[in-house]
Amino acid sequence: MNELAFIPALPLLGFLVLSLGGRSLSRNAVACVGAGSVCIAAGLTITLCVQYLQGGNAARVDEWVAWRWFASGPLAVPVGFRVDALSLVFMFIITFVGALIHLYSTAFMRDDRGYARFFACMNLFVCAMLILVMAGNLVLLYLGWEGVGLCSYLLIGFWYETPANCAAANKAFLITRIGDTALLIGMFLLFRELGTFDIAGILQASPGHFAAASPIITAIALLFLAGGMGKSAQLPLQTWLPDAMAGPSPVSALIHAATMVTAGVYLIARMHVLFQLSPAAMTVTALIGALTLLVAGCSAMVQTDIKRILAYSTISQLGYMFLALGVGAWSAAIFHFFTHAFFKALLFLAAGAVIEALHHEHNVFRMGGLRHRLPIVYWTFLAGAASLAALPLVTAGFFSKDQILGYALSAEDGNAVLWLSGIAGALITAFYSTRLILVVFWGEAKTPVTRVPGRWITVPLIILAFFSITAGFLEWPRDLLDVQLFSGLLRGVLPATTTRYQGEGGAQLTAVIATLAGIFTGFQLYYRRPALLQRWRRGRLTAAGRQFLLDGWKFDVVYDRFIVRPFVYLTRVNRSDLFDSLYGALVRAMQEGNRQLSRTQNGSLRWYAVGVLVGMLYIIALLL
Amino acid sequence: MILIEMIGILLGGGILCWLTAGWNSAYVKWIAMTAVAADLLIAAVLFAHFSAGGMPQTATAPTAMSWLVDYRRSWIPSLGVSLHLSMDGLSLLLVLLTFFLGLLSVLSSWREIKERQGFYYFNLLWTLGGIAGVFLATDLFLFYFFWEVMLVPMYLLILLWGDSNRRYAAYKFFLFTQAGGLLMLLSILALYFIHGQQGGGYSFDYSDLLHTTPPPAVARWILMGFLAAFAVKLPVVPFHNWLPDAHSEAPTAGSLILAGLLLKTGAYGMIRFILPFFPQASAAIAPWAMGFGVIGILYGALLAFAQTDLKRLIAYTSVSHMGFVLLGIFAMREMALHGVVLQLLAHGISTGALFAVAGMIKQRLHTRDIGQMGGLWKAMPSMGGMAMIFAMASLGLPLLGNFIAEFLVLLGAFPQHVTLVVIASTGLVFSALYSLRMMTKVFFGPAVAPAAVDIGGSGALRDMDGREWLILGLLCIGIVLLGLFPQPIIDMIKEQMLRL
Amino acid sequence: MRSNKKKYMPPVNSHTVLVVAAILFALGLCGVLTRKNVLFILISIEIMLNAAGLAFVAAGAKWRQPDGQAMFLFILAMAAAEVSVGLALVMQIYHQHKTMDVGDLNKLKDE
Repeated sequence: MNELAFIPALPLLGFLVLSLGGRSLSRNAVACVGAGSVCIAAGLTITLCVQYLQGGNAARVDEWVAWRWFASGPLAVPVGFRVDALSLVFMFIITFVGALIHLYSTAFMRDDRGYARFFACMNLFVCAMLILVMAGNLVLLYLGWEGVGLCSYLLIGFWYETPANCAAANKAFLITRIGDTALLIGMFLLFRELGTFDIAGILQASPGHFAAASPIITAIALLFLAGGMGKSAQLPLQTWLPDAMAGPSPVSALIHAATMVTAGVYLIARMHVLFQLSPAAMTVTALIGALTLLVAGCSAMVQTDIKRILAYSTISQLGYMFLALGVGAWSAAIFHFFTHAFFKALLFLAAGAVIEALHHEHNVFRMGGLRHRLPIVYWTFLAGAASLAALPLVTAGFFSKDQILGYALSAEDGNAVLWLSGIAGALITAFYSTRLILVVFWGEAKTPVTRVPGRWITVPLIILAFFSITAGFLEWPRDLLDVQLFSGLLRGVLPATTTRYQGEGGAQLTAVIATLAGIFTGFQLYYRRPALLQRWRRGRLTAAGRQFLLDGWKFDVVYDRFIVRPFVYLTRVNRSDLFDSLYGALVRAMQEGNRQLSRTQNGSLRWYAVGVLVGMLYIIALLL
Repeated sequence: MILIEMIGILLGGGILCWLTAGWNSAYVKWIAMTAVAADLLIAAVLFAHFSAGGMPQTATAPTAMSWLVDYRRSWIPSLGVSLHLSMDGLSLLLVLLTFFLGLLSVLSSWREIKERQGFYYFNLLWTLGGIAGVFLATDLFLFYFFWEVMLVPMYLLILLWGDSNRRYAAYKFFLFTQAGGLLMLLSILALYFIHGQQGGGYSFDYSDLLHTTPPPAVARWILMGFLAAFAVKLPVVPFHNWLPDAHSEAPTAGSLILAGLLLKTGAYGMIRFILPFFPQASAAIAPWAMGFGVIGILYGALLAFAQTDLKRLIAYTSVSHMGFVLLGIFAMREMALHGVVLQLLAHGISTGALFAVAGMIKQRLHTRDIGQMGGLWKAMPSMGGMAMIFAMASLGLPLLGNFIAEFLVLLGAFPQHVTLVVIASTGLVFSALYSLRMMTKVFFGPAVAPAAVDIGGSGALRDMDGREWLILGLLCIGIVLLGLFPQPIIDMIKEQMLRL
Repeated sequence: MRSNKKKYMPPVNSHTVLVVAAILFALGLCGVLTRKNVLFILISIEIMLNAAGLAFVAAGAKWRQPDGQAMFLFILAMAAAEVSVGLALVMQIYHQHKTMDVGDLNKLKDE
């Protein structure tokens, strides 16, 4: 067996052990199995990374076929894994950040009754996500795709006794399923054209087979995009992610920040050849990315639940990644994914620590003054929020976001509108990050701290904070320092971004100014002059506007009124199945006929005699 | 010879059960179990033998039938009726499924049936025998005979051991199926007479009638006759109304057999008789049939979503899944047909399992109304886990058998008719809707205290015991194996699907 | 001598006899259909039977076969049997229901 196999196999083994025997194991044993499997997988992945980096071969590919899954007619689908640099980046994040989150969860979920079930589901998730990024053909990718959807469902609804959690889990699964179905139809189209599901084969054959910008390739690309939109919570399929915060914080960190939601980004990056053949699809991708980042960013500005702020923030950052993909900045999108994983996971884990410390308080306006009470959490959270806001030069987020913004303007497919929306988004992001820090950690304490987080919680936070700051140093803007480690790693897999002109200085400066402006505004509004906010909250127009943003731009309301309610009504009306009434009518007609005919059986002898006579006459007439 | 033995074990075992009941009713269950287990063993050995490479090569002319096992004996020579049983890859798989689900249905009736056990197991075994006969018969008269044999004991099962509304459900089931069956009889006789008139001598045998070519207009009507019977059985949407009632009022084993096997006889009939006998007429009605398949997928899913009776919900999911089968059969492409056979097996296992779970819940809570259920995961986590696996299978999660089946059907049918397949794919979203609704309402949510509960020693709802673990465990292994290693199945049916 | 001559009787036309039989049959039928009393219905049935017998005799006379007369004997025997059973039934009906009106005897009605 290949070493590649161990990486997803270990979490799978963890899942099997925990799901079958978890209840009879002690807490420590469960923690060992659950977290240990992912840690070992992380170790193996790091070894593989080192091999890649040392080898220096950017186009290196490791393949391994486990068994022939199914073959039917012209179709042959093996369970085949194919790891190249792109997969490796994702694998590293999944296992490494995953391991940290698992370690965090050993302490975070310790008092929960479903301890073993939690780790079983988390392990299954890690396995499924790894299969997704390691898959060598689209069907196996789809298996991982659906698998992560399943685990997300199980984990969002982890505390199943509250109906709202189950509703959130259902919503997540259903909305992503819509995307999945679109992906499936795209796969069918692709198979009909190319006759294979093998990813390498598709990427190789597509340019020759499809005429550029033909309707069919645009359709395929758009369908794949739709699949990505569902999983990555882009407009209009983004409504499930804020509600998914009903799950435990480690779940939000792992699934809804670092990994599952980035599956869409992976898919588009992986199938970049298809997108490159269809400029229309690229434009749509970029537009959707831009719109999403603005809509979600605005919503994040007014949320009161700390996790919902972070959820909308995640949607917004995913919008940046889609924007990057749409303009052809492939490695920039992956770089942003890389840094985003660190700081977003950090933020979610720290938020979880805060929530726990304040005894399940979610409302930021009831927190405050935690700066001195929870120092480690404060400083790590600050690092994460700074990275999110893209504080210039000292945070990882700056380097990745700056790259995206630069390409939004200067790439072949980029234009000023996209760039401006990115800048506006940066401003908004900085604003709400500052808001978050100020409201939660500064000011006066409104809720007392009941529990101080222990070592297993703070150490992962510190590690993630370290990476939130340093991970960006892998890739500097070209005019500051010529370090291109990250895109160098990916250059064998993803095409380089073609730019229209070289100068980045003006754009960079604008981005920095936007960030600083956002921070300044947030500081003013929430620290210096909170009275202004009070006045806005009372004013009718601004209060309505605030409510609109709070409700996520009313997407939920629209969906509920126009899709959910009519659907439920229609199905309920037909519950007893209108075809049944057809057959019921048939039965009733038969019964009526029976009633009518039996009126001839009236017991009167003379009636019968007449009947016999008539019958006889009839027969005689026939004979004659 | 072995084929007649397989059926004979079941029929004889049934009679033995009935007789033993008068003497000592405790042994009846064991006799039934032994009979079905013996048959399962035989079928498994046959499967292993043939999938390991004992397949006869089709070096002969493409019109010759190549059976794996063939048995023929003369019965009524003057009418052209013979006792002709044959098995090929498709029948072998379905027979294997029959005995597997048969064993599990015997196991699930273990504690549920307390009165007239002998007669019950007699009916159960004779239904199984009838189903096995349907899958093996290649003489049309014999086929019709077994068709009726599988119908009457099933009717008795529902009527005598069913739930509160059993009379209505049993009558409905009988009348629907019988009406279809009589139309099929007309078609068989028409074929018989046409064959005789064309000079081949009067015969009911499959291979003889295969080479009859009735004139095209007549062929279409004869096809309709056959289709009537199989469409009611499958079921196709306008004729599906017997299914929810029969499935929900039947005892657990009855539901298992109904959903797991009886529906497959309709599909089998279509593949075995309609497609080979009437290729041009089938091609002519194919778009309509595929349309009805898609309607079935969507209609079944939408209705399943709205139900409040757990077994009725699962019954409508069967309608939905069988829509895929109809779509696949009339796509008439190799990949789609592979998907169809896989769907037959996977659906049998997954829906059978769901009915088993529903039966277990019913035994504990004495209700089928999901409004009165909730939060059952807390008390019965293992059952919840198992139900989750099968609910996921029902919605087509990869790794479990149903995904590959539905995937192949859709992929195979795609070049034939793009729009219909796109619409059918939206059925996947609806299947997620009803599966999740089922899980949420039954297992998740706050724990609802039910009125009358079958309590174990601890006073709480009893989780699964050993026998129930065995049933669900075997089904679970089955569906996962189908999901991971479907290749042996596909290999087995590859030859004949190519021929179609 | 003229007083010794036998009187000449023309042969009876079978057609005529059949008409008489038909009329008798019709009369009997009317009796069956219109009479209310069970006994009268039985008598009417007897008339119908006799009409049938008359038809047979006429046919036997026409073809100069003894079969006609033999059939009449059959019919007589059958009529006797039927009358005895019928009268027994009528007795029972009168015992049970205290009425001989056929309109009141409709217990076999389909409810």
